[in-house]
Amino acid sequence: MADDRTPRVLVVWCPDWPVVAVTGDDPVAVTEGGRILACSAGARAAGVRQGQRLKLAQRLCPELELRDRDPEAETRRFEPVVAAVEAFTPRVEVIRPGLCAIPVKGPGRYFGGEEALAGKVGRAVADALGQPLVPDAVPGAVAVEARPATGSRPEATPQAPATSQVPAHPQIPAHPQVPAHPQAPATPQAQVGVADGLFAAVLAARAGVLVPAGRTAEFLAPYPVSALGDEALAELLGRLGLPTVGAFAALPAESVADRFGPSGAVAHRLARGLQPRPLVPRDEEPDLAVEQRFDPPEPVAEPLVFVARTLAEQLHQRLAGAGLTCRRVAVEVACADGRTASRLWRHEGRLSATALAERVRWQLQAWQGAGTFTGDGGGGEDTGFTLLRLAPDGLSPDQGRQLALWGQAVADDRVERAVARVQAVLGHAGLRRIEPAGGRGPGEQAVKVPWGEPYEAAVPTDAPWPGRLPEVWPAVVLREPAPVRVLDGAGQPVTVDGRAGVSARPALVVVRGREERVDGWTGPWPAVEYWWDRSLARRRARFQVVVGGGRALLLTVEGGAWYLEAGYD
Amino acid sequence: MPGERGEREGWATPDAGRTAEPRGLLPVPSALREVLPDAGLRRGTAVSVAGGDTGLLLALAAGVKETEGGWAAAVGLPDLGLAAAEGYGLDLRRLLVADDPGPHWAEVVSVLAGAVELIMLRPDGPVPPKLAARLAAVLRRSGCVLLVAGPWPGAALRLGVRSGRWFGLGDGHGQLVGRQVEVVAEGRGSAVRGRTVRLWLPDEYGAVRPLREQPAADPADPAVAAVAALSAVPASPAAEPAVEPRAPRVAAVV
Repeated sequence: MADDRTPRVLVVWCPDWPVVAVTGDDPVAVTEGGRILACSAGARAAGVRQGQRLKLAQRLCPELELRDRDPEAETRRFEPVVAAVEAFTPRVEVIRPGLCAIPVKGPGRYFGGEEALAGKVGRAVADALGQPLVPDAVPGAVAVEARPATGSRPEATPQAPATSQVPAHPQIPAHPQVPAHPQAPATPQAQVGVADGLFAAVLAARAGVLVPAGRTAEFLAPYPVSALGDEALAELLGRLGLPTVGAFAALPAESVADRFGPSGAVAHRLARGLQPRPLVPRDEEPDLAVEQRFDPPEPVAEPLVFVARTLAEQLHQRLAGAGLTCRRVAVEVACADGRTASRLWRHEGRLSATALAERVRWQLQAWQGAGTFTGDGGGGEDTGFTLLRLAPDGLSPDQGRQLALWGQAVADDRVERAVARVQAVLGHAGLRRIEPAGGRGPGEQAVKVPWGEPYEAAVPTDAPWPGRLPEVWPAVVLREPAPVRVLDGAGQPVTVDGRAGVSARPALVVVRGREERVDGWTGPWPAVEYWWDRSLARRRARFQVVVGGGRALLLTVEGGAWYLEAGYD
Repeated sequence: MPGERGEREGWATPDAGRTAEPRGLLPVPSALREVLPDAGLRRGTAVSVAGGDTGLLLALAAGVKETEGGWAAAVGLPDLGLAAAEGYGLDLRRLLVADDPGPHWAEVVSVLAGAVELIMLRPDGPVPPKLAARLAAVLRRSGCVLLVAGPWPGAALRLGVRSGRWFGLGDGHGQLVGRQVEVVAEGRGSAVRGRTVRLWLPDEYGAVRPLREQPAADPADPAVAAVAALSAVPASPAAEPAVEPRAPRVAAVV
């Protein structure tokens, strides 16, 4: 079945990693975008699930503590785990904090087979997590015991977690079930799984099993099609009467490609336990890596992050130019004292330049947190970064779908990057964008929102606004209206009564001691706002006046005092 | 309104601004083409709007909309009338505003120059020529146009508003319907001699329009009729002695 030799992959999965990364007492959940991203065991016992709305979760579990997601902490806490796995092979691929993968081929042979490797990795990770080691709680050991019977025995491991997007492996009736181990709530857990290809290996790690070579399709068969990660496809397949991965995999590949296009074909290959994209042997992989050297060495990490954004953009341009997409990106950093560090991040053509730079930042902070670069040296001038390199890995032809997205992303990235740099100088609110708003005055037609913050209109833009100024708007709107005096021909202040009657025609406007003759005037235009709410209520009247030299001003009278609100420049 | 995208891409128009190479010039509203020596704003240059007339500044910036997805920025202009800017044709969704850059304005401009097509700027105090030269190099590299409200050392072009005059207000009635201005351009090279153009800035729709056209409005409205009559009068500097050559800005007064 594995005709193009899907490589064996070992995945280490730490459940509920976002929860592990934050601190909090047991019923705790991490939220993102107004929904539950992950929750602790106590919260789950109370009925809290991933993807739930916060209100529902809080109703189910009133004492639930809610935390924002902290990806930096996640990466930092995950670093010891990655380091432990790295002891087995340098080619560790971090899929996201909490999930990493290694190829089995080399280390498997060296450490005496897949089972032995899985057991050793499981123990090393458990050590790294500071988890008390219970020998038969190591998933590798369970799988070893299950191995001889039929060759393919996916086993249930200690409480297959329900937090994941993918449900735990559905039990096939013929397979015996191992009694669940009681789970220690406080210490983070880790599970190891091995299968053909990364997709199946992740599911195997969630179920905590070793899937023997060539039987991955069998292992995948009972999963619902939603496990393939394509919502639209899963819904369609469900309506077609193909609820499981196995039923989908049984369809002929050509028909799937005809009916569902490239994305369907990729899902079908996954369902059959194959690589998502067939490997295309290339005579010579073009060197698309981008790098930046720092001379003198850069002592702090922040400038590297700025450089990383530029590099990521260059990398994307090079990839797009070659018509390729990459599966992974290696982030490599070299230090002045000769030490280097490198880490692979999942890419799959989905990360924007900003997202890639963000991963570089997490990685740098994680390395700094782990003391990777500050260890023994101590020599003042020997510290600092000298090189940052982004190298694409696993190149395959771009299917073309991304091309339009690339162009757009690059254009927007340009602005995004500039905004980030300006905000670094002026602070978060220093640079703002404009959102349309509604109101009567010249300053109420638009609001300025700090870049990166969402805005929800408090008032409708297209409401009628009785008393609104006419279409020709002033070009200068003062932030704070300036007090002025308006005098009539006899030098007496002009007043406006409650019925919008003007005491006399304005003859002079005094702006900061400067007298200006009034050539023409109109008003008052009363604007009574929020009369139903005493704390917000405002009664104002506006005048347009033309003063000496043909300049026009917008004056406001409120509570007997006159203000210059805007100038028609 | 100028700036239909279809017009720009699909149709060749006899205008001089259209025939110019797209990389070299940032388009401006058609009424302003006449006064600019290149019929557009040359990319990578600084243009000084003497006296800082905000209306002229906004009208010049309105051409950014005709570039494909181009952004504009306003630095140090907290009093910008955003509704008026929209009237002149600026796309507010593609406008970045840095209200209070303080002493960092030069740094902000040089960062933004790489990302936006045009920057409107009011510097924080007088600009040393050395700093202006450094920013000029940044502009040349990025192709961004810098519109400065006020003087700028080494500006490629200096524009100013002479004899601005509002119309539409009577004695206690009417409403402002438009401003007649004379825009003067002076510059280096091909633009050495001063060019002038008479404009509605803004007209009754808040946009910019050459003065010779009559405002297309309801003649029954007395205010508009009065404006039409006034605009028909041939206005020469001699005929309008009351007009100051450099009307002080409102913001400067306050």
